[in-house]
Amino acid sequence: MYQTTYHRASSVDEAASLFGKSSEAKFLSGGQTLLPVMKQRLASPSDVIDLGKIKELIGVEAAGDTLTIKAATPHYDVATSDVAKKAIPAVAYLASLIGDPAVRYRGTIGGSLANNDPAADYPAATLALGATIKTNKRSIAADDYFKGLFSTALEDGEIITAVSFPIPAKAGYAKFPHPASRFALTGVFVAQTKSGDVRVAVTGASQSGVMRVGAIEAALKANWSPLAIDSVNIPASGLLSDIHGSSDYRANLIKVMAQRAVAAAG
Amino acid sequence: MGVEGIGARVVRKEDKRFITGKGRYVDDIKLLGMTHAHFIRSPHAHAKVKGIDSSAALKMPGVVAVLTGQQLVDDKVGNLICGWAITSKDGSPMKMGAWPAMAPETVRFVGQAVAVVIADSKNLARDAAEAVVVDYEELPAVADVHAAIKAGAPQLHPEAPGNQVYDWVIGDEGATDAAFAKAANVVKLDVTNNRLAPNAMEPRAAIADYDAAEEHFTLYTTSQNPHVARLVLSAFYNIAPEHKLRVIAPDVGGGFGSKIFIYPEEMVALWASKKVGRPVKWTGDRTEAFLTDAHGRDHVTHAEMAFDANNKITGFKVKTYANFGAYMSLFSSSVPTYLYATLLSGQYNIPAIHAEVIGVYTNTTPVDAYRGAGRPEASYLIERLMETAARQLKVDPAALRRANFITQFPHQTPVIMAYDTGDFNASLDAAMKAIDYAGFAARKAQAKSQGKLRGIGVSCYIEACGIAPSKAVGSLGAGVGLWESAEVRVNPVGTIEILTGSHSHGQGHETTFCQLVADRLGVPISQVSIVHGDTDKVQFGMGTYGSRSAAVGLTAILKAMEKVESKAKKIAAHALEASEADIVIENGEFKVTGTDKAIAFPMVALAAYTAHNLPDGMEPGLKESAFYDPTNFTFPAGTYICELEVDPGTGKTSFVNFVAADDFGRLINPMIVEGQVHGGLVQGIGQALLEHAIYDVNGQPVTASFMDYAMPRADDVPSFNLSHTTTLCPGNPLGIKGCGEAGAIGASAAVINAITDAIGKNNLEMPATPDRVWRTINAA
Repeated sequence: MYQTTYHRASSVDEAASLFGKSSEAKFLSGGQTLLPVMKQRLASPSDVIDLGKIKELIGVEAAGDTLTIKAATPHYDVATSDVAKKAIPAVAYLASLIGDPAVRYRGTIGGSLANNDPAADYPAATLALGATIKTNKRSIAADDYFKGLFSTALEDGEIITAVSFPIPAKAGYAKFPHPASRFALTGVFVAQTKSGDVRVAVTGASQSGVMRVGAIEAALKANWSPLAIDSVNIPASGLLSDIHGSSDYRANLIKVMAQRAVAAAG
Repeated sequence: MGVEGIGARVVRKEDKRFITGKGRYVDDIKLLGMTHAHFIRSPHAHAKVKGIDSSAALKMPGVVAVLTGQQLVDDKVGNLICGWAITSKDGSPMKMGAWPAMAPETVRFVGQAVAVVIADSKNLARDAAEAVVVDYEELPAVADVHAAIKAGAPQLHPEAPGNQVYDWVIGDEGATDAAFAKAANVVKLDVTNNRLAPNAMEPRAAIADYDAAEEHFTLYTTSQNPHVARLVLSAFYNIAPEHKLRVIAPDVGGGFGSKIFIYPEEMVALWASKKVGRPVKWTGDRTEAFLTDAHGRDHVTHAEMAFDANNKITGFKVKTYANFGAYMSLFSSSVPTYLYATLLSGQYNIPAIHAEVIGVYTNTTPVDAYRGAGRPEASYLIERLMETAARQLKVDPAALRRANFITQFPHQTPVIMAYDTGDFNASLDAAMKAIDYAGFAARKAQAKSQGKLRGIGVSCYIEACGIAPSKAVGSLGAGVGLWESAEVRVNPVGTIEILTGSHSHGQGHETTFCQLVADRLGVPISQVSIVHGDTDKVQFGMGTYGSRSAAVGLTAILKAMEKVESKAKKIAAHALEASEADIVIENGEFKVTGTDKAIAFPMVALAAYTAHNLPDGMEPGLKESAFYDPTNFTFPAGTYICELEVDPGTGKTSFVNFVAADDFGRLINPMIVEGQVHGGLVQGIGQALLEHAIYDVNGQPVTASFMDYAMPRADDVPSFNLSHTTTLCPGNPLGIKGCGEAGAIGASAAVINAITDAIGKNNLEMPATPDRVWRTINAA
């Protein structure tokens, strides 16, 4: 690791102000990606601004038709939150599958979404549920937020403060973990909104990061059943291929995991 | 046996310090004025080193020196050696290229060091390393063994034309061909034994400390065999003579073979400590472990087995290509020859065997012994082939094995080994009973109704352990003897120190070795301490590998104990005014048998050291040593049966049950034995399902971190059902066979046999990743 200056911000405003004063600052929100990258000397921020102790950024709340997870809430808190488990059990379940216990105690939803790893779990729930990403500057719809691998609509210095998930009629997540990293080799989140719309998002599979799968959405809209996906054709083109999963294997996993997600959603 | 004697499940003495974080590893040691080394490593698989410019680095803060491969040459530091000579079938010696500790001219694998920065701190060394400019001229590289032997392939070493190290044969080719000519059935199989990265928990590390006044070196290093390290470092590398070099291997966090070998880093640290006049520390990181710890396995094999009309094996033909990587590591040459092909008879009566092994250089990390070393490759091949044969011949796999088992001992195989004892039917019976083999068909049908493909796989392994006797290994080309030594020092107050040439890096010697003493003298193990891992404290010894520490190392302790007991009996007899022949040892006392006359062991010890009243002519003191060289290898054997389910939608394997019935001879501490089996099984399962060190066609490693290299985790493996069927080893007085490698040797075939049974397709390579299994299920 190169030398860096660590700051522990006590408010979002302070964090934003510190960011403005630094030449090459990075926000730290769990650090489950940033710190390993820094240890390998692949990143050398002049300043690291820790968002993890900002009280206003921690907590899980449900009000009306919305589940709100504040940005610096660790995955473990979401996985074990009675509020989350009652409002959208699939989100709590998804959080319980992220990484390993050490990662879940440190990693946060805001960190995950800001990093937008193409194999991270939270982007699938965020996109499938049509969540809103709230920042210190604005609200961004999930459909407008994800811009490809490790790329988002966030501007330089913009801080995610919370993610608001509309509570769906049904939702399910099925993940096939990467054997080594335990990221999603392919993870599928399916949601049926209270208005009857169906949204399906896939993480880990596409060369362009998290994506919706229109063919599965259409099939499920016609018939909310695992069987409805049997006849859907998922092309392998545009999917990732590596030593742990070829693109046609991932295409198969999209179908199989979608079916299991629907079965889990009930 | 007593509560702490042989056979007792004694809790490990050493765990208190490990569990409380008080272990003392090389990296924990800090010396006054210590500097830190950071190696500059090749990013290329094959390249010429055109120049190294360290001028900017030398001006950076805290930088003490930048040393290069050329300086090693200038100082006449020797190249790394390979300590086992193999002769090709044409009578020529194996062909080896030089392996300098840092490359002065040519790098041949990614990660090979070309220079080292010595600085006041680790970070400063790393900073300065980034300022060293190495000018490389890239050369074509080859990573795959088949590609490397093709005409026109990039050549690694001029000494080894065609990248061929040797073409070695064993067995009777004529007799084997004759068996095939008469065969009723021939079963053929091509298998790959995947390359593995050993990944000991503690990365390798070294601290070298040169004392200019005494012209003496001390090396702290992560070694499984510190005396062998001292021998090799002094005899071949021209750095320090043996009496001026102390090698200390303190607590070492796992080895699995990878810490047997002498590596460039400790050589360079020693040499550099004299050059800079300060202690030099190097601690590898995980990336360096992936790039530079000797890898394991990496065989490509074609095999054929001949059967007569009664399904008896009549012949076995094997041709194996072994990938050695870019250089010949210390014992690499022996692994695919004398540790592999000599086990090709398995548990079976095979009249004729012929094997050919072609050793090949590639632009990859050097390959050497890794837990099992050759024997996993042999066992996997035979047991895959037996399963394939059972399917082809349409007989039950267990029955086919049983029909071919060796049942008379001793048994001379056609490939050197003479099995001393065993009961292969007993372990097969125990495993089949434990897994309810008879009920499998019903369970398979039940699983099918739930959409799962259930399979069962048998693996009957045998291994040759102890890696001894010296005379035998010497006749096969080994450059060292493979005995073990021990010294038993009884202190004047009766406490006991055992100095052993074995080295514990996870095996629990500090407990098991004490149990022998407790068993013989009836003293508590708290009165006994084990000293190992320091060439200044311990007499020359050979170290720990090849499941040898109990069978060979503990027997050496026994031999020294017998001498101590003999002298102590004389002293006791003298003190008790009895005949030596009437003295018996019971519960820590020396008694005159049949009387109430006794003297406590500490009093005997005290008498030995006060020497006020010893028998005439007896020397004072109570300290004896022994060197023990066994008469044969030991032959642990057993049966593993794995039952699992495959999810046809994803190709994912889930274990249902895994039973192991092992014959290790006498067990000293069954709890520690179980731990050894658990660890070995997990490594075998890891090879079967998860682990694979992969290079791309240009020799770039693809799996150099845990993000890509899949190490097994607790939730990847089942809870194991272990049992033991014991035949005592006749080759050593304790009847021990060894248990350290069995799991890694036998597990892989059980897993793959079970998966191929589940999916109904026979051709499946390791690791059987979900993608690969799914693809095989759906293959035409």
